[in-house]
Amino acid sequence: MSFDIAAILAVDGVSNGAIYALVAIGTVLLFSVTRVMFVPFGDLAAFTALTLAALDGGKRPGTVALVAILAALAFSMEAFALLRAGRRRDLPKAALYYLLVPGVLAAIVGVAAPLHPPLPVRLLLALMAVTPIAPLLDRIVFRPVADAPVLLLLIIAVALHFALVGLGLLFFGPEGVRTEPLTSGSLEIFGTTISGQTVLIVVAALALSGLLYVCFDYTLVGKALRAVSSNRTGARLMGIRPARAGAIAYILGSVLAGVSGILIAPVNTIFYDSGFLIGLKAFVGAIIGGLYSYPGAALGALFVGLLESFASFESSSLKDVIVFSLLVPILMWRSIASLHLEEDDEE
Amino acid sequence: MNAMLSLENVSVSYGHIEAVRDVSLSVAPGQIVTIIGPNGAGKTTLMMAAMGLLPSSGTMRFEGVDLEGVEVERRVEMGMCLVPERRELFHDMSVGDNLLLGAFSRRDRGSVQDDIEDVFQRFPRLRERRRQAAGTLSGGERQMLALGRALMAKPRLLILDEPSLGLAPLIVREIFRIIASLRSLGISILLVEQNARAALETADIGYVLETGQISQSGASADLADDPGLIAAYLGGR
Repeated sequence: MSFDIAAILAVDGVSNGAIYALVAIGTVLLFSVTRVMFVPFGDLAAFTALTLAALDGGKRPGTVALVAILAALAFSMEAFALLRAGRRRDLPKAALYYLLVPGVLAAIVGVAAPLHPPLPVRLLLALMAVTPIAPLLDRIVFRPVADAPVLLLLIIAVALHFALVGLGLLFFGPEGVRTEPLTSGSLEIFGTTISGQTVLIVVAALALSGLLYVCFDYTLVGKALRAVSSNRTGARLMGIRPARAGAIAYILGSVLAGVSGILIAPVNTIFYDSGFLIGLKAFVGAIIGGLYSYPGAALGALFVGLLESFASFESSSLKDVIVFSLLVPILMWRSIASLHLEEDDEE
Repeated sequence: MNAMLSLENVSVSYGHIEAVRDVSLSVAPGQIVTIIGPNGAGKTTLMMAAMGLLPSSGTMRFEGVDLEGVEVERRVEMGMCLVPERRELFHDMSVGDNLLLGAFSRRDRGSVQDDIEDVFQRFPRLRERRRQAAGTLSGGERQMLALGRALMAKPRLLILDEPSLGLAPLIVREIFRIIASLRSLGISILLVEQNARAALETADIGYVLETGQISQSGASADLADDPGLIAAYLGGR
């Protein structure tokens, strides 16, 4: 392998890794706040890409109908729960959060789609269409079992992923899409050409993680999210509602996944079921970071991206096998490392 | 009745086991009320139920408002605050952030910094450690932080569950001195303690909880002189 090829592979790897890193950070955030391993973030990335492709073509994306159905379902469940608990006065608020806000977002996307607005507006619309999905799924699927053990939540999340793949086929159809590049420029460093898209991916990943860092360290809401992940009971005793913190985490995670979907769509062809591999590779990255460290997850995802890139050069048919085989030694190393951690805690 | 907190015939069960049976008690505004009793009598269970962390039967009222179906977070917003036996601090966050989050339920964000300053006045040790992670504090400092964080919520009723548990005698005295000083803030306090002597010295009214039921109650000075109690909890004399 010559230096040139290695450099190209490295650039490719970093750009893939940055995309996985966005999803991985969302995964860690959601896991620490809600204890849910939200596997479907990958699907949401794919859904965003498919939504954007529909908007590019001036068609109404399937996401609109999906959100409308989920909103109706989530509100019915919330209304039923509130009425049974005798909290009739909380109904208007529930209608606002579960019916009106997602409904209005979906309606805006539905109305704007045939008008073929300029690209930045389309990007925004794609994010607006996808972001309500995860918080609504949270209400429908995870809220009723909020106190369940982590393993059960994981199993539900995996099942949810398969359900979403089915819904993806139903709402978006079987065709793959590739959206137009967000930028056509390119850059040359040490004789290696780096496409503008790659630069954009890396910059977006850095900017979003930086923004998240600022939000966690300097805002009350960010600190409240950390408090919930640090000690749920302690947070409740200070008046912080874990369900509300969870909803915020779902929204943030969805935005991260949505952005990664927008970034990957011009590079790879995305199908309704492409999200699985994105989610799984982000998951491997998050595991390398131990599921609690954001920089760890980002670095882990970057490592996965690089490994995938070099593996695909050696043997493109085996690249996923190589990436996922990596999980075995990492999990062994992680379980040994966490064993030491527990011993430290007891001292 | 104008009690701060009143419990009427409250029972709490874990499955089929009834941990607390038919307990009635009340805390008047500005009063310090203590519940003493042996380990496993149901004191912590009762406090968790009062805060809404455990389901219970019977009637609970806070400032006359029925607490039936009122969630924990809402009770905090109403002015109740529990310092739990396990402290439940945010270990990986700084002392300063722990205090800041104590004020999460408050609407008056403007005076939060002043109140953090007040807490530092009361607990100078916390000021020295305000950038340190809560998990690195000693046992006594953790209890001070738990108290300080609770005060940041500006509660009208403070429920303290075993504040002296696991602390060195000198620190226990310090903690009780601070609890007594909270009286001047007009906060009503419900104090649960195994350290019966110190608790009765601090409180106005005492209840004795044994195997889930109130066995005795009265002015704490009278309880402290009760021969039966002296033999059972106050280590003879």
